[in-house]
Amino acid sequence: MKYYPTIGIECHVQLSTKTKLFSEVDNDARGKEPNSCVSPVCYALPGMLPRLNGEAIKFAIRAGKAMNCEINASSRFDRKHYFYPDSPKGYQITQFYHPIIGAGYVELPSGTKIRIEHAHLEGDAGKLTHFDNYSLVDLNRVDTPLIEIVSMPDIHSAKDAHDYCKELWRLMRFAKVTYGDLYNGNMRFDVNVSIAPEGSDKLGTRAEVKNLNSFRSVERAVEYEIARQTKILEAGEKVVQETRGWSDATGKTTGQRSKEEAKDYRYMPEPDIPPINLSRQFINDEAAKLPMMPSDYREKFNGKIPTDILEILLDYPELMEKLNGIDEKHITIISNLFTSVLLAEEKSAEYLNDLPDVKKLSDLAEMNEKKELSSTATKEVFLRLFDPQMKGRDTKAIAKELGLIQENDLGALEAIVDAVLAKPETKKAQDDFRNGEEKVIGFLVGQVMKESKGKANPSAVQQILRDKLK
Amino acid sequence: MKTANKTITATELVKEALEKAKKYEEYNIFTFLNEEGALKKAKEIDERIARGEKVGKLAGVPFAIKDNYLSPEGETTASAHILEGFTSPITATSVEKLEAEGAILIGRTNLDAFAHGSSTENSYFGPTLNAYDKERVAGGSSGGSAVAVALDIVEFATGSDTGGSIRQPASFNGVYGLKPTYGAVSRYGVVAMASSTDCMGFFTKTPEDMDLLMSIAAGQDPKDMTTLPDFYEKSEVKKPKKIGVVKDFDNDSVNAEIRAALKTKTEELKKKGYEIVELDMPTLKYALAAYYIIVPAEVTSNLSRYDGVRYGFRSDNSKDLEALYENTRSEGFMPENKRRIMIGNFVLSSGFYDAYFLKAAKARTLIVKEYEEAFKKCDFILTPVSPNYAFKLGEKVNDPIAMYLEDLMSVSLNLAGVPGLSVPVGKAKNGLPLGLQLVGPRRSDKALIEFSKELK
Repeated sequence: MKYYPTIGIECHVQLSTKTKLFSEVDNDARGKEPNSCVSPVCYALPGMLPRLNGEAIKFAIRAGKAMNCEINASSRFDRKHYFYPDSPKGYQITQFYHPIIGAGYVELPSGTKIRIEHAHLEGDAGKLTHFDNYSLVDLNRVDTPLIEIVSMPDIHSAKDAHDYCKELWRLMRFAKVTYGDLYNGNMRFDVNVSIAPEGSDKLGTRAEVKNLNSFRSVERAVEYEIARQTKILEAGEKVVQETRGWSDATGKTTGQRSKEEAKDYRYMPEPDIPPINLSRQFINDEAAKLPMMPSDYREKFNGKIPTDILEILLDYPELMEKLNGIDEKHITIISNLFTSVLLAEEKSAEYLNDLPDVKKLSDLAEMNEKKELSSTATKEVFLRLFDPQMKGRDTKAIAKELGLIQENDLGALEAIVDAVLAKPETKKAQDDFRNGEEKVIGFLVGQVMKESKGKANPSAVQQILRDKLK
Repeated sequence: MKTANKTITATELVKEALEKAKKYEEYNIFTFLNEEGALKKAKEIDERIARGEKVGKLAGVPFAIKDNYLSPEGETTASAHILEGFTSPITATSVEKLEAEGAILIGRTNLDAFAHGSSTENSYFGPTLNAYDKERVAGGSSGGSAVAVALDIVEFATGSDTGGSIRQPASFNGVYGLKPTYGAVSRYGVVAMASSTDCMGFFTKTPEDMDLLMSIAAGQDPKDMTTLPDFYEKSEVKKPKKIGVVKDFDNDSVNAEIRAALKTKTEELKKKGYEIVELDMPTLKYALAAYYIIVPAEVTSNLSRYDGVRYGFRSDNSKDLEALYENTRSEGFMPENKRRIMIGNFVLSSGFYDAYFLKAAKARTLIVKEYEEAFKKCDFILTPVSPNYAFKLGEKVNDPIAMYLEDLMSVSLNLAGVPGLSVPVGKAKNGLPLGLQLVGPRRSDKALIEFSKELK
């Protein structure tokens, strides 16, 4: 029998607000000591009250709009109770009943639309590190704002699951609501997989694979689950509804033993935070701040940047924003420099944060087009634009200083060619060329280039040589 | 209220208060006496007065705080074993405001652990005795604060009122006790009992003192999102015309002397020209049931943070995390705490939420509406505070329902968020104080305090 998979994904996105969701303490714990970004509210001292960060509301509106979602004018918070040392309050403040972000959809590069059920704001939990006979608790992450995005079960392949997660990542980064660092858990995915006989209108029993933090592991975990569940059904057995963990090392999911499978979180309205009521005006103003999204760029650069190059560039909102300011006639060369030079650099992540301005890039493209810079020289000058020591200078000055501007002046070139041809050591090559040995032209061009200290335009040199040696 | 000036020093006021506190030690009023700290502060204030500097409206006035208010002086225990050893790095907003006006904290007062109770008998430190009869309860949960003011140890004391915890002990000890409008005074820095009904208020000897304290402590606090925009000082104090009495509270379950006191007062008011309006408030009889669902739900949630991991008491010899939680909470909470935790968890459990919590929330909405309707017919309402005057120690300890019934006439105000003032109105034949409760619409606190002078 053939089976048809159905997949729904929950994605947690850490918002990059300056302060935390419920207190005014640093929300950026990158590179900081454990338990150094913790307020008495995060620490759940007695008598402490949450204070809602208005920035997070704005971030949520942008995130929602990025996914074509309705923004609910009225939403509120609830408490979700559980005991664990990562949760000092003994509950998580979340939006169980009335989320801020309503229904919407995400369109994959393939054109497939995945509907969003809703997305809600909540505070993150702390982090535990386990050792043989003790565990360490780091509360830096407590109350970092999260939005949890819940998809409809509209995904039916491992590839689409991968593409959906990646597209979400892009949307959140373009909307500037997260650092989007997957390695550090800025986005985490829980994947619900079930399979049912093809043609059946009923869904199968699902297994949830929790805490995946790369698109590749989402894809592999889904593939693994489809295969595992198919095997179970084919053996006439039943899939157990459970939470499973994924191991990148073994490439397998395993059931997570949990004593109380059906956890009761005893949800309750959060009495310390009044309901959030947003005016349409406020929502619209915030929505208007949403920058261009991947779909906007796809439309804009359709036919101007090849799709495969564009899809690479769409992983980098910084590059797309820059390209957006570049004149259309320079788009090809600049987008090529971005993909083949910048992204190949070891320091590319650093460079992305400090891209040269549009003027410098446009000048560079123009010099290349005018053949003032060879393609090699263009790449070299491009990289020098990132050099802190070259910061104050314009592109032309840098190219000049590096001595990379090509000599295109035919009169000047002729003089150099004549000088080279007058040298006795080129005599033999000249004779050989005249006798039909075509390839020695390369040697002669090389000699001229050497004489010009690399500044001559090699194709122009070749033309002059051919004329002279007729 | 006596404040320090050129003739009486703050040091003298504080010394006198500390001496009295020691004299009445057997009443078990204080969980901590701030002797050193208070004298040091008094000296500072005296020096400022001597230098002719401006001192606040409460310069040198000794006061006490209920032990669920956070401040770095002594341990903040909420009279609960599980908070033993906890010293707060933070001061509650309201305490900060009082201290900024020169008031001097002389001690922390006893309460039912986590404010769960109506007699202060549920304290880890034992009961506080009634100011008028040492064989009787102080009332609760703010029993220590009420007795501290009644015995004239301090000029005023703070309390918290979730269902009657200021008003009932005030009436049991013959002092004024105000539960302000919900959100009038910041809850920041007070150990939470039930967030949606907790109100911070005071015990005083006069309405004038109450007004002064409210003018200082009330106001919006950025640290408490549920505080209302400043209204206390701005609110209009109109002389009321119509006073309501609730028919439903006039029955045999209420002590005859309390009913008689209410009757006497309404007659006096009539003579002074007020119109007495009889009110039908049929939904109030559901208030206690709704209260004992909503409040335990919030209690169980707010008490989740006491897990022995970060501060306070931690049980020894726990082999794993689960045992640490179980042992710490089993040993650290009092029986009444546990009772409310269990009720709260029950009413929030999936499958029961709609039947209990949601239904109680709907009843609460009806109660809010019933008060709104009542205040269309009258300006203020006059009721008993509780069905009885102070009862004997131990009398109700083993009967939680009887204890809960103590709150019958006080809890509806907390559900509705309206202010209530407990006003002393004389003594019973046995010499015990009697109190009546004045209820007003939301934000009428100032007018309510002003009107209470008519009941003297």
